[in-house]
Amino acid sequence: MLLLLTVCFSLATMMEVRRQNRNDNNRQPAAEMDSLVGDSRRIFANTFFVKADAYFHSGFYPTIFDNQESFKTAHMAADAGAAASKNQGDETAFMGKPHDFIEAFSRDFMPSHHTHLDEGGAKGPGGDLGEASGGKVREILPWLQLSMELDPHRIETYTVTAYWLRNRMGKDAEAEECLRAGLAANPGSYAILYELGRIYDENRKDKFRARNLWEAALRNCEAQKAIEDEQGKFIGEQISTHLAKLEEDEGNYAKAMSYLEIAKGCAVAPEVIQARIDELRQKATGAKDAGAATKQP
Amino acid sequence: MNNIAAVAAVVIKEMYRRKDFYVLLILTVLITLMLGSVSFYHDDKIVRYLKEACLLLIWIFSLVIAISVTARQIPFEKENRTIFPLLAKPISRTELLLGKFVGCWLACGIALVCFYLFFGVITQSREHDWQLVNYFQAITLHWFMLGVVVALALLGSLIFAAPSSNTTICFVLAAGALLMGRHLNKVALQMSEPGQSIVYSIYYVMPHLEIFDVRDLIIHNWPAIAWGPYSIALAYALVYSGLFLGAASLLFRRKALN
Repeated sequence: MLLLLTVCFSLATMMEVRRQNRNDNNRQPAAEMDSLVGDSRRIFANTFFVKADAYFHSGFYPTIFDNQESFKTAHMAADAGAAASKNQGDETAFMGKPHDFIEAFSRDFMPSHHTHLDEGGAKGPGGDLGEASGGKVREILPWLQLSMELDPHRIETYTVTAYWLRNRMGKDAEAEECLRAGLAANPGSYAILYELGRIYDENRKDKFRARNLWEAALRNCEAQKAIEDEQGKFIGEQISTHLAKLEEDEGNYAKAMSYLEIAKGCAVAPEVIQARIDELRQKATGAKDAGAATKQP
Repeated sequence: MNNIAAVAAVVIKEMYRRKDFYVLLILTVLITLMLGSVSFYHDDKIVRYLKEACLLLIWIFSLVIAISVTARQIPFEKENRTIFPLLAKPISRTELLLGKFVGCWLACGIALVCFYLFFGVITQSREHDWQLVNYFQAITLHWFMLGVVVALALLGSLIFAAPSSNTTICFVLAAGALLMGRHLNKVALQMSEPGQSIVYSIYYVMPHLEIFDVRDLIIHNWPAIAWGPYSIALAYALVYSGLFLGAASLLFRRKALN
C-alpha cells in the first residue's frame, strides 16, 4: 500500500510538472489527451461511436464473433446521411441460427430483435418517439460526445450528432454549437459546412446563409480533391443537389443545372440526376418561352 | 438445519462488520453520482449511460464481494484454528460447508439488495418508469449466478493453498465465463480438430454465467424475460452450485485439517 502511494505521488508530481510545461506552451487540451493515450484514442473514439450505434439499436448489435456485413456502416450515420451505407444482408438476422441448445436458450436473455431508437426502441412504436422532447434518441449522445473528445478529427461524429440533435430533438442551437466545435478542430471541413448549411436551410429557413455555407463546402470539397473518394462523392452529391434545389427555387435554372452536373459526377445512379437535369431544361425552356410571350406587345 | 443457519449467521455478521462492502457501495454511489452530474447538450433525461455504468460497477463489485468473502472462509478458520472447536461440536463437515455457502450467498444477496436499491433510485430520478418485474428478474438471476461463483470459490478454497491464489483463479474463471462463454462455440467452430472438440467440450461443461447477465435488457428497457426460461436459468444455477458444493463436500470430508 505504501509502495502504491509512493508510486502515485511520484507520478502525480511528474505529471504536474509536465502539465505546467504544456500550459506554458499554450498547447490545446486535445494535445494533452494525445500525449496521455496516444493513437489509441482513435481506437477508443471509434469504439464509443460504435457503442452509440449499439445504443441506437437498444443493445441488439453484432459482436466481433457475429456476422457484421449488415452493420459495416453505423445505421445512425447512414440514417443521418453522414456516411454512404456499405451494409449488406439482413440486419435483423446477424446472429444466424443458433449452433446449439445453449446458444438457443441464452437468446432469451439478451436483446433479440432489430429496432431503432427513433422508431420507439425496444418496446416499439407507441412510446415517446420524441421529435419534440428529445425522445429516446438522446441516449446515444453521451457516447458520441465521448467519441468527439477522444478524437476531435473524426468528422462523422460531429455530423451525426448534429443531425440527431436538430432533426429528432429540435435542438438546433446545440447542433450548431457542436458543428462549430467540429469546424474549429477541423477548419474547412466540407462535411461539417454542409451540415451547418442544413441547419440554416431546414431549421432556420435562412436560404442566404445556407447557400454561402454550401458553396464554401463545395469549394472545399473540390479543393481537397475529396470528390475523388467514396465518402467525398457521397457528401459532394448531397451538397450539389441541395445547391441545385436552392437555385431552382429561385428560378436560376442554368445554375441549378450546373450544380446537378457536379452531382451527376458524384452520383451512384447518374441517370436519376440526368433525368432531373432534363426536367430542369424543359422548365427553363418553358420559362424562357413564357418570358418572351409576356415581352411581346 | 439449525447448524447450517448458525454458521450462516456468523458469516453474515462477519460481512457487515468488515468494511469491504461499505467501501464498494460508497464507491459505486460516488462514481455513479459523478457520472450523473455530467450534462450532455442540456438534456437531463439521458439515463442509459448512467444505468450501464452503475450496473457495470454493481457486477464487478458483487463478484469482488462474493469471491473475496468466500475464499477466506475455510482457510481463515484453519489458520486461526477455530475450525477444531467448531467441528468438535455436533456439526458435520458438510453442514459446516453448507453453512458457509448459505452465509456467503445470503451476504451477497443483502449486498445486491443495497446496490440495486441505489440503482433503482438513480434510474427513477431520471426515467420515471418502474419496471419492477424486470428488476426482480435481474436481481434474482444475478444472485443465483453469484451462488455458482460462491460454490466455486468454496471448492477452490479446499484445492488451493492460499486464499489469494483461489481469489485470482476464481476471478479469471468468472470473468472468462462472463466475457467469452457466449462466443466459445463460435470460436470452436473456426478451429480445426482436435482443438474444436476440446473447446466445444469446455463450452458444454462450463457454467454459462453470461446467461444471467441481463444488463442489456435492463439498460435498454426490453420487456421482461418469459417466466419459463427464467425458471430454467435459476434451476441451471442451482445444479451447478450443487455440483461444486458436492465436490467441495467430498474433498472436505477426506481432507486432513492440519
